[in-house]
Amino acid sequence: MKEEVRLMKGNEAIAHAAIRFGFDGYFGYPITPQSEVLETLEELMPWETTGMVVLQAESEVAAINMVYGGAASGKAVMTSSSSPGVSLKQEGISYIAAASLPALILNVMRGGPGLGTIQPSQADYFQATKGGGHGDYHLIVLAPSTVQEMVDFVGLGMDLAFKYTNPAMILADGIVGQMMEKVVLPEQRPRRTEEEIRRQCPWAADGRKDSRKRNVITSLELESSRMEIINHQLQARYREIEKNETRWEEIDVEGADYLIVAFGSIARICDKAKELAAEKGIKVGIVRPITLWPFPSEAIRKAAEGKKGVLCVELNAGQMIEDVRLAIHDSLPVEHFGRLGGIIPSPDEVVTALEEKLINK
Amino acid sequence: MAKVKGAITVNVERCKGCNLCVVACPTNTLALQPNEVNDRGYHYAYMANPDNCTGCCSCAWVCPDACIEVYRVKVD
Amino acid sequence: MEIQDIIRPENKVYSKPELLDEVHMHYCPGCSHGVIHKLLAEVIAEMGLTDKTIGVSPVGCAVFAYNYIDVDWVEAAHGRAPAVATAVSRLWPENVVFTYQGDGDMSAIGTAESIHAANRGENIVMVFVNNAIYGMTGGQMAPTTLVGQKTATTPYGRRIDLNGHPLEITNLMAILDGTCYVTRQSVHTPANVRKTKAALKKAFENALAKKGTSVVEVVATCNSGWKMSPEKSNEWMAEHMFAKYPLGDLKNE
Repeated sequence: MKEEVRLMKGNEAIAHAAIRFGFDGYFGYPITPQSEVLETLEELMPWETTGMVVLQAESEVAAINMVYGGAASGKAVMTSSSSPGVSLKQEGISYIAAASLPALILNVMRGGPGLGTIQPSQADYFQATKGGGHGDYHLIVLAPSTVQEMVDFVGLGMDLAFKYTNPAMILADGIVGQMMEKVVLPEQRPRRTEEEIRRQCPWAADGRKDSRKRNVITSLELESSRMEIINHQLQARYREIEKNETRWEEIDVEGADYLIVAFGSIARICDKAKELAAEKGIKVGIVRPITLWPFPSEAIRKAAEGKKGVLCVELNAGQMIEDVRLAIHDSLPVEHFGRLGGIIPSPDEVVTALEEKLINK
Repeated sequence: MAKVKGAITVNVERCKGCNLCVVACPTNTLALQPNEVNDRGYHYAYMANPDNCTGCCSCAWVCPDACIEVYRVKVD
Repeated sequence: MEIQDIIRPENKVYSKPELLDEVHMHYCPGCSHGVIHKLLAEVIAEMGLTDKTIGVSPVGCAVFAYNYIDVDWVEAAHGRAPAVATAVSRLWPENVVFTYQGDGDMSAIGTAESIHAANRGENIVMVFVNNAIYGMTGGQMAPTTLVGQKTATTPYGRRIDLNGHPLEITNLMAILDGTCYVTRQSVHTPANVRKTKAALKKAFENALAKKGTSVVEVVATCNSGWKMSPEKSNEWMAEHMFAKYPLGDLKNE
């Protein structure tokens, strides 16, 4: 398949991207607002074109463990769900992280907690970046703000996952999942052959061909001294990822008086708010974290220098703001603005918040 | 019918003295060492009545730790 | 004839299967797991599947199966082995995948995964060891614990009003169209051990022939959990367990 320009929903774009980036398998379960990922994959029948396996599991728990099994055997696999479903996957995600397996997990966030709402949210930030499962582990967390980034991050997410043999997550809000936009779908990347898989993943449990030593994928280690070593190895990898893979976007930070920090589609609303503020003579710059983990602390600290205040705009009760505060060490006021329950703020609400919480304080 | 003679060897260190081979043996060949123990303190199995053994493998089949090797030979 | 003359390589008729590691297995003396591991090691090697077999080990006493049988393994979260196996089997259709599950794994936390993998007719082998107790965690009740059976969590014996009925999960598996072979065996006598080996062989053949899911339940003992000697456990099993979990094929298509 050649590169193609299409108009489609973020969720559908994820499905096309999974096929085009040469994924071997997708294991999912229906949950609003992201069921279109599975629906689109079933419609496109990639098992007849690229040979990709698509399976609707009996639960999100089963789905993430299918991903764990696929990843353990060296295959490029992913799953997608939304907030409550991602909560069900946390144990499996911790296993995948502990066993150092590459895998991609998409969360199209909806309002919580509990059964919550099917409207958009960003309230799973902590779960994604601080570890929703047990133990010290991290996912590489990418936050798309456009349908194009939904596509690009499927490829980037899997490449990073295999580069570091570490699970990656695309943390999208319901807006970018359900929104339709122009998108460039990449050229078909051929799926790896079995030989390529064996070369790239000599550790995989894919059958002891030419009687190599057996491979055992496990996260169990009862011997404390060895378990500590395993944890140190994980931590060393996380430092490496922090050093090499931190990504963010800066918009007119130079010369601005105030800074807005926002991720995902909310950053686009803040972009408009920046324009409205400028009409009132308020110069605002934006930093948009693209990797939520590793968090762009250094970039935010530099961007905040000389500013009068920072406004964190996120569809939750204040989560990313903690990382922003850590980055800035309270050298200047940092305030939060966010609507809850799935309500999406308008740009002028953001400007009003800026004025009330920082400027006219 | 040609007479058959059997014999077994026990991996002494691997044996856990579970006694299941003794119970399974149809010819009362085996017993657990009354006084000897292996490095882990288990009274390991041995051929108490070696002449009885016919090499039928019953002991080896039931052994949970695959400690037993069985030998069998025809004698005329 | 002296013993030394009998014990000669050319006279050897039985020995530890090659695929079973030299390392000592951690199981309690007399534990059925060890016998089942030995049979798996024999069947996989005899069918020439060593380089194509991937085992999925459970959370339970048998989690360390991967230290004992020399094939590739994936260790699954408790109850999730059938889901793990589903993916490995579908992604590597030329390989043979089997799960090794205890009664908690198969019929408690993993009930949904076990039933749905079988209902999808995944071409895998499910080895299900039913000793009616949670061995690894110290002898607690399992869904297959018998009425009246004492465990760490039913110290006065399992009561239906408090703990529900023993779950015959294998019967449920037999009615699923996705299963082609469902059988109940045991490994407490030489004859039964040989039957279990034949059952495992049939199950692996079914997987190779893509006939659907095979479930081999082995009604087994847990000496330390039942607080009996290995010999007494076998006797208790034959008398009590077989009454609730009768041996034999439930389905064989």
